[in-house]
Amino acid sequence: MSTITARDVLYVAALANIAITENEAAKFTKELDVIIGYFEQLSQVDTTGLEPTYQVTGLTSVTRPDELIDYGTTQADLLKNVPHVRGNYIEVPKVL
Amino acid sequence: MTKPLTIIDITSRIAGGESVRSIVEDCFARIEAAADYNTLVSVVREPALARADAIDAQLKAGKKVGRLAGVPFIAKDMFLAHATTTTASSNMLKNFDAPYQATAITKLEAEGAILIGKANSDAFGHGASTENSDFGVTKNPYDTSRVAGGSSGGSAAAVALGLVPFALGTDTGGSSRQPASFCGVVGHKPTYGTISRYGVVAMGSSTDTVGILASNAADTATVLDILAGKDQFDATTLPHRSKSYEPSQNPLKPLKIGIIKEYMGDAIQPAVLAAVKAKVAQLQALGHAVEEISLPTLPISLAVYYIVIPAEISSNLSRYDGIKFGFSAREDAKNLKELYGLSRDRGFNAENKRRILIGTYVLSSGYIDAYYRKAQTVRTKLINEFADAFTKYDALIGPVAPTTAFKIGANAADPLQMYLADVMTVAASLAGLPAVSVPAGADSDGLPIGVQLIGAQRSDALLLALAKQIEGAAS
Repeated sequence: MSTITARDVLYVAALANIAITENEAAKFTKELDVIIGYFEQLSQVDTTGLEPTYQVTGLTSVTRPDELIDYGTTQADLLKNVPHVRGNYIEVPKVL
Repeated sequence: MTKPLTIIDITSRIAGGESVRSIVEDCFARIEAAADYNTLVSVVREPALARADAIDAQLKAGKKVGRLAGVPFIAKDMFLAHATTTTASSNMLKNFDAPYQATAITKLEAEGAILIGKANSDAFGHGASTENSDFGVTKNPYDTSRVAGGSSGGSAAAVALGLVPFALGTDTGGSSRQPASFCGVVGHKPTYGTISRYGVVAMGSSTDTVGILASNAADTATVLDILAGKDQFDATTLPHRSKSYEPSQNPLKPLKIGIIKEYMGDAIQPAVLAAVKAKVAQLQALGHAVEEISLPTLPISLAVYYIVIPAEISSNLSRYDGIKFGFSAREDAKNLKELYGLSRDRGFNAENKRRILIGTYVLSSGYIDAYYRKAQTVRTKLINEFADAFTKYDALIGPVAPTTAFKIGANAADPLQMYLADVMTVAASLAGLPAVSVPAGADSDGLPIGVQLIGAQRSDALLLALAKQIEGAAS
């Protein structure tokens, strides 16, 4: 039986790059404990001999000819939603 | 409340000489009159009027026009469309100016349909009531103290209010079917891969589908026929079937239909059970054979869904980083890590974060086998049970949701209770099956009830023909 702690929540929030506040962490801990607890019933299901399913219509490794496709989208189209642009570059805080 | 519109209402007005501009302006007037329901995030005014004028000119010149020439429609604000913001009803994308357009919108426009508005929903499709929209709840057309359902609540309410004859939604686990049920309209979730999702904001990619909301099954089939087909921009799309999706004029041959035992239990609102039973009696009177069938894995499919889909959400929503597009907390971020963390904390709402955290948890080292892989294996068991059922039955029937529309706020404090609203819709999604919500009367408070028909993969045309046979009040 799984019990979710605030430490678990802060750990997965860090993995997911969400800087949740302490108040949020306390709330999510309670909620996730109930929700993850609800998942425990799965352990009772007999799945002997079954494989997991990730794709339901049977398509596998769909390929297309290795040719340029014109999406009709320009560089300007793609840059117009970027919050911080310098010239035609996407700007991020200094990394090094 | 205004009467819902049909496609033929519009096309016959055009045939009678009314201009497309006048029709579009009439729809804008309807939108204004229904503003209190908060069905829309934005109105697409100038491009719609320009398109209307272009079609009027084509008609005047006697040129051949498309199947939906002059028919206005609304799309959930998860669809990218030229000259619109596409917000996914989230502050994260509040100012997102669509740089390209969804294939579904392009295909409808190629047939002359006119996009006039973008509908409200739960942010990123995360919810069953539109209460998780960052732009306010959509109110139920039959009772404004109740929800319209979700996540495509704005689309369903817009059709019920007669703003447009049809609307696009999305359906990942019931997001078109459940609001259709709550608003008394038809809601179709096609077979997985039938309609391209290119240009649609992603939620859970292994079950995401485009949904269609309309006032009747025939209109739904017309729209499906236009939208279906392979798209080089969505590798999961299936080839278009050779025959039209539109129901033929020939009567349906007698079918074998299974009534789903697990969906007819004591926890279901009695009026909902009674509505399903009335539809079963109607099916029998039409010559179809109906008997009870058990699919024992169904009750656990909700747990499977709320593991698999949050896992996919956590992956899909990792693209929102405060850098490439969407909300940025740059001003308060001291470094790159803080830019990611603060942008995601402030741009996403509580339900978005809850699902990302659940998804990250079930995928994390030490838990992935017990949760994610186990859930995907139980999914196989569920798929096998459906496959068995469809060797004996042409379609299955049951409720869409356990209740009629609930009060705004009723489930707000309890996320698991809100997830339970999806308990009867997620199974078809996990198996990639087509399913349709068909209006089936109302409860004693006058709130609409929907029944759900579920078919084998690629049986959408049969399901919609059956829906057409039983829609409306039982006679």
